[in-house]
Amino acid sequence: MNDFVTLNHGSGGKQSQDLIKNVFVKRFGIIEPLTDSALVWDSGKYLAFTTDAYVVDPLYFPGGNIGKLAVCGTVNDLAVSGAIPMYLTASFIIEEGLPMKDLIQITESMADEALNAKVKIVTGDTKVVERGKCDKLFITTSGTGFMNTGLEHISTGERIIKGDKLIINGPLGNHAIAVLGARNRLSFSTPVVSDCASLNHIIKKVLDRTEEVHFMRDLTRGGLASVLNELASMIKPGITVDEASIPVDDPVKGLCEMLGFDPLYLANEGKFLIVVGKGEEDKVLEILRSDPLGEKSEIIGDIVQGKNNRVILNTIAGGRRILDNLSGIQLPRIC
Amino acid sequence: MKFIDEYRDKELIMKLAGQIEKAAGHEYTFMEVCGGHTSAIHRFGIPSLLPKKIKLISGPGCPVCVTGKDFIDKLIACAGMDNVVIATFGDLIRVPGSSSTLERERAKGADIRIVISCLEALETARMNPEKKIIFPGIGFETTAPGTAVTIKQCEKDKTDNFRVLSAHKVMPPAMEAIIKEGVDIDGFICPGHVAAITGSSVFNFIPGKYKLGCVITGFEPVDILHAVLMLVNQKNLDMPKVEIQYNRAVTENGNEIAIRYLSEVFEPCNAYWRGLGVIPGSGLKLRKEYERFDAEKIYSPEIKPPEDDGLCICGEILRGKKVPGDCPLFARLCTPDNPVGACMVSNEGACNTWFKYRKDE
Repeated sequence: MNDFVTLNHGSGGKQSQDLIKNVFVKRFGIIEPLTDSALVWDSGKYLAFTTDAYVVDPLYFPGGNIGKLAVCGTVNDLAVSGAIPMYLTASFIIEEGLPMKDLIQITESMADEALNAKVKIVTGDTKVVERGKCDKLFITTSGTGFMNTGLEHISTGERIIKGDKLIINGPLGNHAIAVLGARNRLSFSTPVVSDCASLNHIIKKVLDRTEEVHFMRDLTRGGLASVLNELASMIKPGITVDEASIPVDDPVKGLCEMLGFDPLYLANEGKFLIVVGKGEEDKVLEILRSDPLGEKSEIIGDIVQGKNNRVILNTIAGGRRILDNLSGIQLPRIC
Repeated sequence: MKFIDEYRDKELIMKLAGQIEKAAGHEYTFMEVCGGHTSAIHRFGIPSLLPKKIKLISGPGCPVCVTGKDFIDKLIACAGMDNVVIATFGDLIRVPGSSSTLERERAKGADIRIVISCLEALETARMNPEKKIIFPGIGFETTAPGTAVTIKQCEKDKTDNFRVLSAHKVMPPAMEAIIKEGVDIDGFICPGHVAAITGSSVFNFIPGKYKLGCVITGFEPVDILHAVLMLVNQKNLDMPKVEIQYNRAVTENGNEIAIRYLSEVFEPCNAYWRGLGVIPGSGLKLRKEYERFDAEKIYSPEIKPPEDDGLCICGEILRGKKVPGDCPLFARLCTPDNPVGACMVSNEGACNTWFKYRKDE
């Protein structure tokens, strides 16, 4: 392990996982596999419980702001576990000098999004720190919800078998590129808007109509590739995905070509991977596509007889290669 | 997307793969010089589309990979000076120097910022007049004109807090050095974006003097397969020449304005290439009239002479003599998280691409 924490430890890739395992999990005695929400069995019900910190820079980006993100992100962590999100807490670390109107606007976004997601923000905490001790505003939200019995396999993927199908609910990378664009004041001929959205309603539609959901995970930090690799390490069979079927919008594709980024590793805030039993994929696809948050859903791959916890990508060109975990943050290339 | 989708057309790709299969009468080894090609070849899974008889090996064209430890050490020395900001391309921050990296120095408090162009580094200088901004000039003929333009710009608006530490290099002398080392190849897949600047004619000496074929190609799967087919045909006919496959970007004479800027701002110098040693005339240093922007001259950062890399075989990989899988450190002691050699750092490095896409082999 390094002597210092570097930005790589926060990338969502291999080094983040190592940090979590080697520093936190072993000291807290958390039981693996690590899932987006903890499930606690209490009084005949599962209570799902999660927490997430939001430090996005800049505070505002096309399609949202840090407040909306802080609600969606935590709602989504609960929803992909199969739980119905109910209550959120919000704690604010505010840098001295933050304009009051920003704090109000961001808080209003949180309230709007909570209303939209049908969750209640029930308690919180406020700390103000000296200038330079944090960057404008950091928000941490925690959330709880209840989960019906019979869905506990969704976060661990234990029911996944060969033949299952992988589906995502739309194009990848828009959030990461929208934020990058806002941060670096890049101008796009077609605007790139963050996909930041609460996914609990669309997920509920799916869960209400099929019992064949074998796994769900939101595709946040580290993107689709990181989630697939995490999944591959949790299950016995292998995973194959078809690059050509993975939707990516043209402006995102273009910027990725220019900077040397791979959209499969870019963060999303309104996308999730869903693994469904063979034979159910068309039905699930139809449910997803009938919702505004899933209009561009696609089947992107299969669970296959596998080896070595590997994810194999059939490339656009018709070749095959490993789709690996990201090592460290994606760095813009030289040429 | 225009200029991309048509070069990723699966039908065309399969057709080219079929033609290559048919044309390949014996074994062939071609070297892709450019790191961008190495990365594209593996990202698209090109080796799985080629007959086993055709081997593609990576050359010295990843700018990060050929950067010596001493360069990183100098940057680290500069980063430790008062009021200095290093504004660098992202790839460079993870490259190991003798005992640290820019990334680790940043974690310890050095002011190191990632920029996506030299002009953005200049912008950083304008926004922070109280700081001295050092831009590590890294890359080949593709990126050096960007540095040249920025320096001209600096001169024009009299910005006095911007400096360049130049490790810019030019490609043809390195290709010649590899040939002279006796690398066993049947032709070069030549760097497309270098050639967009220099023109194809800079490679004429390769078929002329060394009887090796050269095809300048683009970075999409159709481009690369087409280039392989052209090289196979050249070899079959025993008619080595310089051919341009990438004719949507490359001409014989190149970008004359960029070439003029390059020669006005830089002059050739001897340069150290990691793994290849010092190659005469392969570097670009700032001309005397631009000395006031030269971080090397202004700061003369003092460093200890770097030691060699021990077991790391980056040198032999860059010369096309070995593949990453041959290295005792590969995927064991040397990984993208903890790179020993620079080839493991960059997206375009041979070891990094092998690790990401082919580590089962």
